[in-house]
Amino acid sequence: MTSLPLLSLIVFTPWAGAALLASLRRASPIIVRTVSLVFSLSTLALGLVVLAGFDAARTSPQFVEQQAWISTLNVHYHLGLDGLSLVLVLLTGIVTPTALLASWRVRRSPRLFGALFLFLQGAALGVFLALDFFHWFLFWELSLVPAFFLIKLWGGAGASRAAYQFVIYTIGGSAFMLLGFAALYVATGTLDFIQLAQLGADGTIGQKLAALGGWWPTAVFLGVLLGLAVKVPLFPFHTWLPPAYAEAPTGTSMFLTGVMSKMGVYGFLRILWPLFPASLHAAAPALLWLALGGVVLGAFAAMRQIDLKRMIAYSSINHLSYCLLALFAVSAATGRAGATNEAATAALSGTILHIFNHGLSAAALFCCVGVLESRAGGRRGLNDFGGVRTAAPIFAGLCGISMFSSLGLPGLNGFVGEFLIFRGVFGLTPWAAAVACLGLLATALFLMTFWQRVFHGPTGGAATGFKDLSALEIATLAPTIALIFVLGVWPQLIAGLINPLVTAWAGHLALP
Amino acid sequence: MLELGAFLRLMTLPVHLLWLIAALPLLAAGIGALTPRRGRALAAGVAIAAMALSFLLSCAALATALAQPAAHLVHNFAWFDLGLGPLRLGWLLDPLTAFMCVMVTLVGLLIFVFSVGYMHADANSTRFFCFMSVFAAAMLGVLIANSLLLLFVCWELVGLASYLLIGFWFHKPAAAAAAKKAFITTRIGDLGLLLGMLWLYDSTGTLLFFDAGNGVLEAGALGALTAQTTIGGLAVSTAIGLLVFCGAIGKSGQFPLHVWLPDAMEGPTPVSALIHAATMVAAGVFLVARVYPLMAADQALAHVPIHALTVVAFIGAITALMGAMIAVAQNDIKRVLAFSTVSQLGYMMLALGVGSWVAAIFHLLTHAFFKALLFLGAGSVIHAAHHEQDIRRLGGLRGPMRTTFATFAIGMMALSGVPFLFSGFWSKEAILHAAHAWNGSSLPLFAGLAAVVLTAFYMTRLVAEVFFGAPRSEAAGHAHESPPTMTIPLIGLAVGAVLLGFLGTPAYPWLQARLLGETEVHGHSLLEGGGLMMLSIVLVALGIGAGWAIYWRRLRATATALDPLERATPRTFAALAARLGFDELYAATVGRLSNATAALADALDRHVWDGAIRFLARLGEFTGVVSRETDEDMLNGGFDAGSESLRGTGKLYSRAQTGETHGYLRVIAIGFVLLVLIVMMGGGQ
Repeated sequence: MTSLPLLSLIVFTPWAGAALLASLRRASPIIVRTVSLVFSLSTLALGLVVLAGFDAARTSPQFVEQQAWISTLNVHYHLGLDGLSLVLVLLTGIVTPTALLASWRVRRSPRLFGALFLFLQGAALGVFLALDFFHWFLFWELSLVPAFFLIKLWGGAGASRAAYQFVIYTIGGSAFMLLGFAALYVATGTLDFIQLAQLGADGTIGQKLAALGGWWPTAVFLGVLLGLAVKVPLFPFHTWLPPAYAEAPTGTSMFLTGVMSKMGVYGFLRILWPLFPASLHAAAPALLWLALGGVVLGAFAAMRQIDLKRMIAYSSINHLSYCLLALFAVSAATGRAGATNEAATAALSGTILHIFNHGLSAAALFCCVGVLESRAGGRRGLNDFGGVRTAAPIFAGLCGISMFSSLGLPGLNGFVGEFLIFRGVFGLTPWAAAVACLGLLATALFLMTFWQRVFHGPTGGAATGFKDLSALEIATLAPTIALIFVLGVWPQLIAGLINPLVTAWAGHLALP
Repeated sequence: MLELGAFLRLMTLPVHLLWLIAALPLLAAGIGALTPRRGRALAAGVAIAAMALSFLLSCAALATALAQPAAHLVHNFAWFDLGLGPLRLGWLLDPLTAFMCVMVTLVGLLIFVFSVGYMHADANSTRFFCFMSVFAAAMLGVLIANSLLLLFVCWELVGLASYLLIGFWFHKPAAAAAAKKAFITTRIGDLGLLLGMLWLYDSTGTLLFFDAGNGVLEAGALGALTAQTTIGGLAVSTAIGLLVFCGAIGKSGQFPLHVWLPDAMEGPTPVSALIHAATMVAAGVFLVARVYPLMAADQALAHVPIHALTVVAFIGAITALMGAMIAVAQNDIKRVLAFSTVSQLGYMMLALGVGSWVAAIFHLLTHAFFKALLFLGAGSVIHAAHHEQDIRRLGGLRGPMRTTFATFAIGMMALSGVPFLFSGFWSKEAILHAAHAWNGSSLPLFAGLAAVVLTAFYMTRLVAEVFFGAPRSEAAGHAHESPPTMTIPLIGLAVGAVLLGFLGTPAYPWLQARLLGETEVHGHSLLEGGGLMMLSIVLVALGIGAGWAIYWRRLRATATALDPLERATPRTFAALAARLGFDELYAATVGRLSNATAALADALDRHVWDGAIRFLARLGEFTGVVSRETDEDMLNGGFDAGSESLRGTGKLYSRAQTGETHGYLRVIAIGFVLLVLIVMMGGGQ
């Protein structure tokens, strides 16, 4: 074990970069962009260092840093990393530099843009690595500030409104979560996730909250649930998402869908499920319907969208709902006779794989829509193009690969996670898997329509004079596309990191 | 024969190297993908060389498999860690796999060679050979998979390749639409297959076909699956079998998911040949044959509502008859052939359903040759006639295109089931015999016999219209024979269309025994059931005779003249020409339903969910105005856990200066403060 505080470095290097950018008042845009990119790449580099020393067989947090911070409140500065966190750190390390490269041509104050982006990156990493609610929540809320400005200042015509809705809605949800934790703190005297998880597993949390009053356990659970549900988002708390993703500039949309939407799913896995196993179990049958609503109605709503960014945004709702569907199915089946560990393992493995895979493919799709938009003078309607494949075969090829990845084509990354989720959900709640198949079908329908209208047919509309990808754009997409192929054939790269952890989770499935 | 046997014994392909058969075309596809457009000779050469090598390897695999026909040689390996053990995939070599591999690589090779001539003027032919290689590789992957999951992966890649190839001329809106239709329609069936696979995995804990007694096609798993019942009293194996069969319905163009297959004609003709003969549609029949033990597992059960294979038999019978009927009224040379494929695939499913998967595979093998021959012959005609595909505007091609005509005629006779000399006769006989022997119902047999007449009839019509009489358009008048790269594959396929018949005569019991994994030959020769054979010969004669009487005796004079059948029964003809209205029916039901669901989902979002949030916001604004004074103090009061959060929102707030956010922030702040106070007090007491 190295003595360097690696995890702190991971979190704070991007912030150091942001501070550096803030001080580089007279730097040229190219320097500013390079500094941003280099600092954003630090996550990937440090993530690989961590990966080298990571022991996948251990299921407890590794590289732990723990120091007393606010002793009167029993608050510790506590960072740690397990397979789940590692996967998310690596995802952030890949998506952020890609998003910055996709924003390379941002003209309006690139310095502020870069600084905000690095600030956002650091906050997201803090969420994935913090093990104490106190600073976890700080990171959670702080991520909204740069995201707000990145949408509002660099976004499209409706960006102001979308940014407000996004931030206010999310904060509205978080406020309830904060209240829940305040109550939790009062009841248990700790905000440490590890300790809370133990208290959750043996039922102490439920008892202590119940001691405060009969409705407290439910209220606290619902508060935390609401905060996370808005963030993911869980249907029907999703209406902020399409405008926010659509109005944000390309790079920000990529980060929002690639990383920030995963913060919510991470919260479900790290907080809600371990801390409130019994409450989640009780609520899971209802939540399953909400997740199915996201899977099916999200995909069908995407069919109606003319704005391509809104279409991909709805597709994100659909994909994230698969992750939640799997978790809810596991929780609903906990303790039920006949529910197998194999199915739970598959569902949870699928969730984590899908988090990673969807991050890659959705970011790539947003990047491709960004390319369309930049070539067409801001137009990105389903019917604004035609025959782009004739004019730009390389672009069509890369966008097609991203699309088929999102559609869950076997051989590409998206399939593995989806298959495991379906395998698990089918084993636990067969009818839910059958209903969710409608989402798969609708996804194929709208992506195929997108592809047919924009890329096929005679060249026309905004596709006239369409230039194929530049070297920079190819370099932006190439690593993601390569990973889409590699992880489709060789999912062991990710599965090997999480399998012991997930197996342990599934092995300890029990209600307090 | 003895020398051939000795030679075959020298050739072996160990099962752990079986993947090479699929990997070689895949490698060729990779090279093709990276070759620039002008490197078409390289791309075509690599693709053809890879197929040729794969063919040799397949022959070696066949020799290996025939040496021990009863053994299912497997090589299983771990894909990734999942729970306590890895998720395993594997390769499988048995006579079924081996015969199919030889057919796919040989027919594929001939189609590839033909494509060199057919596609030589296409600017994108480099891409074409890349996609064709993907197609072949995916199909070979389906054949060699020892895991339903691996089979499914390759199965979907077959779908991808067909999508790319049907839409190869993607600048044509019709081609783009046909590609999408094929992908979506087959995906509907694939969802059934997916569910069946999930169910199978959940019930047995594995998806390997053969795994030293633990595979899903082995006695242990099958026994467990038939022992349980599910909804409606079905055995679990029946339910899983029917779900898996949904995939085959989609892929093999069976009723009611056959609608994509005729539209798939929008692709270049070699693609049609590959789809209709060797790859795509064959995959569905192969799938059912592969999981046959699962499909047939419920046969021993007496008290079940339905057996899986009964459904297969009836779907096959309906498809065989319906396809043949629609083919009678089509005027596009490729559409006639497309519906004949639908019909012939129905025969194969019928054979599977009545319990003779060997007959189905035999017909699949012979059909692959003569259908590829017919499609490439049609391609040769279309190429010569400057892309004229309407048979009413062709005519008189017998003289200028002698090789094409001769080989097409062989294909026509094989498909019609002209006795003794042609392979199609024997394989169709095998199916009719099996249907006759089935004690479930005689309807499939009658449907099969009716389709025999219709098949002979519409093929006679096709040949008469295309090759006889006078040319009825400028293009047909100027047609001349295609280059050798196109005619040589035709000759090769014609030879196959005849020779394969000999597998049927004395050798059919041998083939049957090998496929069934028996070393002793004790099957029955097809010649034994003489009465049925006589009947079908009479029916073929009837069909050809009727075609002769209607189309040959009075040859069409002009392109616009009405079809004699159209004159006789305009309504029936119009209904058949309109393909019995399935497309319209689906558009009016499924299409409308999905659009309505989409509109509903969108409206719910815009009005209900978002409306609720807007209402909350208004409420917040109102509360905010009322309590502005109080909360001003609270904000500055500073609370440990909440302060950072509020600072963040405070920053936003200071920038925002709009009434709307004002309200939101107030309500959150007030709510937060009050509730924390309540909690703190509650905790303190």
